[in-house]
Parts: sequence; structure tokens; C-alpha cells
Amino acid sequence: MRLSHKYSALLVLLAVVAVAPLFFPSSYYYRVASLVCVNGLAVIGIVILTGYAGQISLGHAGFAGIGAYACALAPVHLGLHPGAALVLGALVSAGLAFLVGRPILRLKGYYLGVASLGFGILVSMVLTNESAITGGPDGMQVADLGLRGWLAGIGLRLTTGQFWYFVNALAMLIGAWLALNLNERATGRALRALHGSETAAATVGIDVARAKLSAFVISAVYASVAGSLLALQNRLVTPDIAGYMHSIEMVTMAVLGGVGSVLGAIFGAAVLTLLPQVLTAFDQYEQIALGLIMMLVMIYLRQGIVPGLLALIRGRGT
Amino acid sequence: MMSDFLQFAVSGVTVGAVYALIALGFTLIYNASDVVNFAQGEFVMLGGMGTVFALQAGLPLPLAALIAVMGTAMIGIAFNKLAIERARNAPIVSLIIITIGASIFLQGVVQVVFGKGIHRLPAFSGDEPLRLLGATITPQSLWVIGGALVVFAALYLFFTRTITGLAVLATANNRFAARLAGIDTDFMMTLSFGVSAAIGALAGVLISPITLTSYQVGVPLALKGFAAAMLGGMGNPKGALVGGVLLGVLEAMTAGYLSSHYKDAVAFIVILVLLSVKPQGLFGLRTVNRV
Repeated sequence: MRLSHKYSALLVLLAVVAVAPLFFPSSYYYRVASLVCVNGLAVIGIVILTGYAGQISLGHAGFAGIGAYACALAPVHLGLHPGAALVLGALVSAGLAFLVGRPILRLKGYYLGVASLGFGILVSMVLTNESAITGGPDGMQVADLGLRGWLAGIGLRLTTGQFWYFVNALAMLIGAWLALNLNERATGRALRALHGSETAAATVGIDVARAKLSAFVISAVYASVAGSLLALQNRLVTPDIAGYMHSIEMVTMAVLGGVGSVLGAIFGAAVLTLLPQVLTAFDQYEQIALGLIMMLVMIYLRQGIVPGLLALIRGRGT
Repeated sequence: MMSDFLQFAVSGVTVGAVYALIALGFTLIYNASDVVNFAQGEFVMLGGMGTVFALQAGLPLPLAALIAVMGTAMIGIAFNKLAIERARNAPIVSLIIITIGASIFLQGVVQVVFGKGIHRLPAFSGDEPLRLLGATITPQSLWVIGGALVVFAALYLFFTRTITGLAVLATANNRFAARLAGIDTDFMMTLSFGVSAAIGALAGVLISPITLTSYQVGVPLALKGFAAAMLGGMGNPKGALVGGVLLGVLEAMTAGYLSSHYKDAVAFIVILVLLSVKPQGLFGLRTVNRV
């Protein structure tokens, strides 16, 4: 029996996540791997928006910022548990994405890119300027999630690094599973149809505006949850999380790996998260290397590293 | 009261002239190749930084500026030849990442070669401010505004009076038809990248005595110039001029009367509102989607 694409992708992901810790010699590796997972979660949202629906966003870090600051602010001002704050952040992000998405998703290509970029920059500007509430550019502390202590109480002792690796890996797996499910459902088919041609999709009765909006809202929730997890793990947030560079980073991770597939995008997240760790040895040449890699991959492996390499291998086989 | 307003207007037009030049650079490249060049701000940075270091090497200012502008033009041409031409027909997201990659790459190179320091250029003709109806205006502001006017006028003549200019316009209009008419569209693209980079670098040379320069100044300027270009309507040089000046004045008025913290938000609020109401910008043409 052949496994469907969905289950084989999930199995690959599960296997990698389960086996990887065997090769972690220190807690630093857990820390980096947990960052890979949280970035992986965020880029799955980009896969839904850009890979499935063909829409561009250069402002998704804005939603990550909302998720992150929800976890910092809600426990202080509303007395919410940090876990509930994550959910609140996701709801706020979804609501905002719904409001902002309506007008800007009528735009196409570069115009949509710039409008979303503007949204992201506005969010980061508010976070930077309203320092009475957000702590300004220095950011603020985030409360402890408390889950690790509870686990220790029932006899499951994990280091901080291990704990966050497993939490983020689990979140990424659930995110991947939901995205792959979506792809097989009517919404997923509608998104791929409008990616091909909006006019054609509308002709066969797809509500194009609604389909695009749902992709935008779903991807905003992914970004928001990823932002929340990052804040809870770091115990600190700064406005950088909502900044222009973070938005670009998300899109670059997804597109570099292969925005058409969940596995490809997660691979891209892994590459771009690990790259700075590897390149610290070259210190001042880091930016040069990163810029070169971005250009070379996009010129020579247009669909991204994973699909591009697969195509190369297949092409050689026949 | 009135003198305050005039003062804000003067500084707004000065900054706006720079935005207009950057927007013009975007427009030229967009017209020739349908690419929005996110590395446009790096051309501005290269112009300023190049002049600073040519000056430190002992060259006189005009020669230093000329070398920086020509050098940046060569970099623009190389970028087109080595990256953009090879990525023909790539999807928009890929092109965005290529130009952002170029932006990060150029910043990295400047950081390694010239260091991370912040530099300033001397004002071209002294710092003695001129008085005008109660407002003051520095000679450097006049250089910036005058420089922008000269560039726009020269480009207008180029596009209306020369065969090459008309060929660039024809390429922008319909690349396929232009090629059928015997126009070397690849050369028009190279030319556009060169001219666009030179204009960006010139903006950098003009503004550096006022705003200082470092390897990081490019990105914020690019985003503003980009907003200005969209405000006027992509692909329209007149739109770039109006959009740039309008944005500069709006920013200065916001900083003066409302909040200097949110000065930088103006560009993006205006863009969000305008694009929601009029998706093609002020002077853009409506396009029809053909299946």
C-alpha cells in the first residue's frame, strides 16, 4: 500500500523531530532546534498564503509581534494565564487579519506586498513608540508558562532547552498536519485554483475574495502562535519581532526551501535558522554570505531548494 | 504661526525631493523590467559612503561625488547582468527575494570594506542659513531641491527628445512589440538599471551632509521611496515627483504638528488608505486582467 503524500510528509517530519535529539551534544543544540521548530511553524502559514493561494505578505511579522506582546501584556494587565494569552493573541491576530485583509487582498503582486509591508511596519512602530505600555525599544519581560514546573511535579523533569524543543516541535507537527489537511479539502482546492487564475476560479463559482481572506487569516494565526511561543521561550520580547527584517526572514525561509510544500518550507526555516549559527565563525562576512545565498538559490533553483534539487535528481535519473 | 508652517514646508520639500529621486529610480527599473528593486536604497547608501571615502582619499568633492555616482551605476548594471537578467520570468516573490538579497549583500560588503561607522559629508556651500519669510533654509537644502529638479528636467528631455529615450518608453510599454520594432530591449534594461543606480547615488550624495550616512541608511530610505512611488502610481515619473514631495511634506507636517514619533508612520498609513480606495495610486492606469 502506498502512503498518501500527506502521511508520508508527516512521517518524515515526525521521524526527524524524534531522532534529532540523539545527535544533540549540549543544551545549545536544543535551543537552536527549538528555534527551527518555531520558525517552521511560522513558515507553514506562509505556505498556505503564498504557496497555496499565491498571495504575498511582507508584513507577517506584525502578527508574530501581536502574538508575542499578547503573552507579555495580557498576564500583567488582564491577569490571564500565559497559555490563555497565546490564544487571545491568536484571536486578536485573526480579527486584525480579517479587517486588514479585506481591503488589501484586492491588490495584486507588488501592491499587495507593499500594503502588507506597511501594516507590519505600523505594528512595530506602535510597539516601539507606546513605551508606557510596551517598554519601548528595550522590550519587556514575559511571565513563565508554568508547564515545565508542572511536568516536573508529576515526575517528568526536562531542562528548559528540552522542554521548549518538544513544545515547539509538537506545535510545528500539529501545524503541518492542519495545513496538509487543508490542502486536501475544498478550501485548499479553491486556494490552488485561484493561485492558477483568479478569473478562472471565479468562473467555476469560487468566492475568490473569501478564499484569499481565509488564507490570510489562517496564516496570521500561524505567525501569531509562533510569536507567542518565541516570547514564552525567551521570557523577553522586543519590537524587533514585528520588524521588517523578521517579515522578510519568514518569506525568505519559506521561498528558499520551497514555498509550494510544507516540508520544503520547514527545510528552508531550518537552513536559515542554522546559517547564522554556522556563519558566526565568519562573523563580518555573514551578511555577504546570506545575501549571496538568497540570490543564487532564487536564480538557479527557482522553486526553492527542496523541489529544485528533487527536480535535478529526477532529471538526471531519466 | 505662518513661519512655523513655512519652516515645516521647507524641510518637507527637501526630504521629499530625496524621496522623489528614489521613487524615480524605482520607476525607471520597474518600467524597464517589471521588477520592484528593493535594493534601491543601497544605491543611495553607496553614493553617500562612496563620496565619503573618496573624499578621505584626498580627492576634491566634485570628483569624489562623480566617482561614487559612476561606481554605483556600474554596480547597478552588474546587478542587472548577473542577477535580474538571469531570473527572467521568475515569480514576483522570487524577484523580491533576489533584490532583498542584493540589498543585504551590498550592506555586508560596505560593512566589511568601509566599516560600521557613521559618516558625514561637508555641506557643499557652507552652513550659513538663508532667511525666507521668517523661515530658515540651509544652502544644502537648496542643493537637494535644485539637484532633484535638474534630474527630473533632464530625464523629461531624455524621454521626449531623444531616440534612446523613446526606445526606453517603448520597451516599458510593450517589450515584445518594442523588440519587433528592432529595439534592443536588453540594452534598454541595462541602461535603466545604470541610470536608476546613478540617480539613487546622486540622492545619497546630496542628502548625506544633512542626514549623515552609514551602511544601514538604505533600507528605510528605500521603503519611503517605494511608498512615494506607489503613492504617485508605479511606473509614472510624474507620479514619482508628486508622490515624493507630497510624502516629504506630509511627514514634516506630522512631525511638526502631531507627533515626531509617528512621522515615519505617515508613509504607510497613506499607502494603506490610498491603495484601499484607489488601488493604482494617484496617477496609475487601471489595468484589465486578461485570461
